[in-house]
Amino acid sequence: MQTEFIFAGFGGQGIMFAGQVLAYAGMDAGLESTWIPSYGPEMRGGTANCCVVLADRPIGSPVVRNPQVAVVFNNPSFEKYESNVATGGLLVYNSSLITLSPTRDTVEFLPVPASAIADELGSMRLTNMVMLGAAISSRPVLALEDIKHALEEHLPAHRRDLLQANFKALERGMECAVKPLLTR
Amino acid sequence: MAKEMLKGNIAIAEAAVRAGVEAYFGYPITPQTELLEHMSRRMVELQRVFLQAESEVAAINMVYGAACTGVRVMTSSSSPGFSLMQEGLSYIAGSDLPCVVVDVMRGGPGLGNILPSQGDYFQITRSAGHGDYHPIVLAPSSVQEAIDLTTLAFDLADQYRHIVIVAADGLIGQMMEPAELPPMQSVRTNRPDWALTGADGRQPNSIASFYLKAEEEEAFNQKIQNRLHEIRDAEQRFIEYYTDDCELLVVGYGSAGRIALSAVETARDNGMKVGLFRPLTLWPFPEKRLSELTDMVGACLVVEMSAGQMIEDVRLATGGQIPVGFYGRMGGVIPMPDEILQAITTHCRQLKHCEGAFTPLERVNS
Repeated sequence: MQTEFIFAGFGGQGIMFAGQVLAYAGMDAGLESTWIPSYGPEMRGGTANCCVVLADRPIGSPVVRNPQVAVVFNNPSFEKYESNVATGGLLVYNSSLITLSPTRDTVEFLPVPASAIADELGSMRLTNMVMLGAAISSRPVLALEDIKHALEEHLPAHRRDLLQANFKALERGMECAVKPLLTR
Repeated sequence: MAKEMLKGNIAIAEAAVRAGVEAYFGYPITPQTELLEHMSRRMVELQRVFLQAESEVAAINMVYGAACTGVRVMTSSSSPGFSLMQEGLSYIAGSDLPCVVVDVMRGGPGLGNILPSQGDYFQITRSAGHGDYHPIVLAPSSVQEAIDLTTLAFDLADQYRHIVIVAADGLIGQMMEPAELPPMQSVRTNRPDWALTGADGRQPNSIASFYLKAEEEEAFNQKIQNRLHEIRDAEQRFIEYYTDDCELLVVGYGSAGRIALSAVETARDNGMKVGLFRPLTLWPFPEKRLSELTDMVGACLVVEMSAGQMIEDVRLATGGQIPVGFYGRMGGVIPMPDEILQAITTHCRQLKHCEGAFTPLERVNS
C-alpha cells in the first residue's frame, strides 16, 4: 500500500502545515511517511505545494509526479494538478475560491466550500483542516482520530487555543465528503 | 529518544551538535540553508561558535583555522558554494587536519538551479581541491542515515585526521521523514597533541601545507597515501538488498539509491531477479564487495541523478567482466521509480536474450 498526496495553493493558506499534520499522523499510526515541500521554481508561479507519501514499506521517492490525491486550494493549483492526478485518483478542491470546472472523466472530484466553512467557524486559517478532513474521509488511509492526535501533538504551542476549532474544521470537512463524489 | 518527523537539513545540523561540534562556519545557499539556520540558533544557545561568513571562501578558511586548534568543526553548503571551498579544502588536506563538510548537492554546472542532483560526485570523490588525496565521502539516502552518517563523519575525521564530506542532495535536505536523533555527546575537552593550543609549557606545534623540497613533499604525500590505503581497507561501507539470487544488480547511492529500491521491489514483485547495491561510502568506494558480487550477477545497472559519474567506479570494480548499463536524469530532474523499473525491465530482457552468456559458471570456465 502506498498513498500519495499533493497539497497545493497560495502561500499562507496552510498548505505546508496540512501536509505535515497528515505526515505526522501517518508516522504515529506506524506507517512509513514522507513530506517534502516545493522549493524550486514552481514556488514562483502562484502555487505552494507539498507532497506527502504514506506507505507500508520504505518510500522511494518523496516527490510524486502523479498523486492519487490532490488537495487544491486555488485556481492555479486546480489548473496545474487536475492533469497530474493519477487515473482513478481524487481531486479535492476548495470550491469557495476555485471557479474552474473539472475537465477529466477518469478522476473523481470533490468540491468543498472550505473557505466558507472556515469563515463560518470563525477563522479563515481553518481552511486547510476542512480540506484535510474532506480528503482523509474520501481516501481513508487514516482515521479522523489519527489526524486529531497528530494535531494535538504537533500544533505549535502558540496555536493551542485553536485545537478545538481545528477539530471542528476537520469534522466539517469530513461531512462534505459524505456526499456522492462528483464525476464529470 | 523517540522517532520524530525531521527535515534532512535540520537533522544533519542537530546530529552535528550532538556529536559535539564546537564551531560552525557557513554561508546560506538553497537547498541547504535550514542547516545553517538551525546552527545559528543551537550553537549560540549552547555557547559554541556559530559564524555566518562573508562567503564560502571565508567559511572554509575559518574551518581551516579552527581545525588547527583541534576542535570538532564543520561547514555546509550546496554545489556552487562547495566549488568555492576547493582551495581551502586542499589546504586543510595539505595540513593533515580533520573537519566535516556537508554538500547538499543541486543542479549544475554553474549557478544551475536549486533542485536535487548528484552532479558533484567527481568533484567530491576525486579530490575536492588540487593535489593527491581523497576525502572520505559518506552518502545518506534517508533522514535517519543523514543523522547516523553525520555522527560517523566526526568520528572518522578524528580517527584518521582527515576531511570527511557528507554528500547529500536537495531531496534529502528538504524532505521530512521519521528519524531518531542520538543522545547528546559532551564536547571533548582534551585536544590532540598536534593541535595549536598556545604552546604553554611545551614545544610549539607547527601546521602548514608547505614543503619546498620535493623529497619532503613526496614524503608527506606518502604519509597521506598510507593513510588512504588504511581507510580503503577498513572503511568501505554499503547496504545490499536481494543480492542472494539476483541476475541484475542495480547500483545507486543517496536519493537515486532509495528511489531505485522502490523500482527493485516492484521488479521483484513481478518475478524479476533484481538486487540493489547501495554504497554508503563513495570514497572509499565499496569495490571489494562489488567485485565479489560481479562473480554472481549477469549485469549491473547504475542509476544516478547525473550523466553518469559513479558508473566509472562501478566499471573499475566490475573490471569489464559484466555489462554495466546506466539510467540517469540530470539538472535537478528526479528519476521516478517507474522510469527506473522500465530501465530494469529492458536490461533484464537483454539478460534473458543473452542467457548463458553471463552465467557465473561460464565465466569461471573461460
